[in-house]
Amino acid sequence: MKIDAIMIKEEDNVATALREMQPREKAVVGIDDKSIEVLIEEHIPYGHKFAVKHITKGENILKYGEIIGRATQNIASGAHAHIQNIESLRGRGDLD
Amino acid sequence: MEFKGYRRSNGSVGTRNYVGILSTVVCANEVADGISRQVRETACFMHQQGCCQTPVDIKRVNDTLIGLGRNPNLFSVLLVSLGCESTGVEEVATAISAEGKLVETVVIQDIGGAARSIAEGVLLAQAMVEEASKMERVLCPVSDIVLGLKCGSSDTTSGLAPNPALGIASDLIVEEGGTSILGEVTEFIGAEHLLAQHAKNGQIGRQILDFVKRMEDRAKSVGADIRGGQPTGGNIKGGLTTIEEKSLGAIAKAGTAPVLAVYEYGVAPQVKGLVVMDSPGREPEVLTGLAAAGCNVIAFTTGRGAPQGFPFVPVVKITGNRVTWDKLRDHMDVNVSAVMEGAETLPEAGKRIFQEILEVASGRLTKAEISGYTKAMDIYMVGPVI
Repeated sequence: MKIDAIMIKEEDNVATALREMQPREKAVVGIDDKSIEVLIEEHIPYGHKFAVKHITKGENILKYGEIIGRATQNIASGAHAHIQNIESLRGRGDLD
Repeated sequence: MEFKGYRRSNGSVGTRNYVGILSTVVCANEVADGISRQVRETACFMHQQGCCQTPVDIKRVNDTLIGLGRNPNLFSVLLVSLGCESTGVEEVATAISAEGKLVETVVIQDIGGAARSIAEGVLLAQAMVEEASKMERVLCPVSDIVLGLKCGSSDTTSGLAPNPALGIASDLIVEEGGTSILGEVTEFIGAEHLLAQHAKNGQIGRQILDFVKRMEDRAKSVGADIRGGQPTGGNIKGGLTTIEEKSLGAIAKAGTAPVLAVYEYGVAPQVKGLVVMDSPGREPEVLTGLAAAGCNVIAFTTGRGAPQGFPFVPVVKITGNRVTWDKLRDHMDVNVSAVMEGAETLPEAGKRIFQEILEVASGRLTKAEISGYTKAMDIYMVGPVI
């Protein structure tokens, strides 16, 4: 199976692009031996993440089945998921 | 499973056989470097510390220099001192020689300047190298490997291919009775609960969590979001969004073996197996800490392409990013990008890394050694310069 992106755990809401992708491409996202299709909404550089489902502002971002941060705005399925819409919950000296 | 190494009188095994030229203070670096440049088979350690620091950090400098001097990759040690520094030069010399290793010292202010000190140091080092060159490699079991684990210039490929593959290699070394040291405590932040679950017992697990809290509090004390510093700007360009994401990928290189013990920076493990050592993530400090803890080989995964090596411990570079393998070929030793493409399994890649570690331990040069890109070194300080 040729995949364009990888999801590590089924509960993850982001996938990692294994190649650069453009808007309106259909990405085949591999999860173990299965795959799902996600319509890409924005330019996704190699190695960057995109949402595999709609993520609501304030929702946890899951990769490896673990929390890697929190959405600072709604993230549409297929949109680039990175520092512009995800904040870290750790090492936040600015919040203390 | 065996490799060929240099068996030392205290039982430890070197994978290299250098005469170490160790500067005891920032102000002696030029002379140490001047000596090392003129004598083959020497390795020079320089740093920016050793004076105008709190007692906590001066002790750290002493202990780190002792650890480096005791590293089995050094046959003997020449200490280069200015003469007025805070470093306990005699204490360092005594502690290194207690392990049965020859230690000589040149003191710039006693000898009378750099030129004379370099000349005297060169003659001492030449005689030491002549003795060192009589050593021969002998067959040693994998249990004599003390592997340092490091990742640098990470991107999202790091957590998917090279780190889990290195974790498999680390597990193979631990299964054979060897030792593997995981540093970079900053890069446990957000993943420490998983690492703590790997601890041998609850006490070790709590120590891991305490180390992470100490490091995170230290970072937070400056009152800023650490993003940009961790993950770095380069990590972010590579697709890593938060320290939590970076950490979850980073701890994969420790494999699945239980964490048997937790040590402060640069402290040599008293057990064989997987252990954790306090250190930040930055290359000079963590490579130095691993060398001071007695690592005789270091495995270093990278995404975007980190070229750094260390003066006397071989550093094996592993990447899962095909672009990096192609563009930075002269810095990379192992390519596991086929894992990303589904053409190689993680266990296959892990086995290849394990083999590579043993070959390098037996004398095969790394790209960092061949290119001389081996000067990532400094001592991790916790207090202010005063």
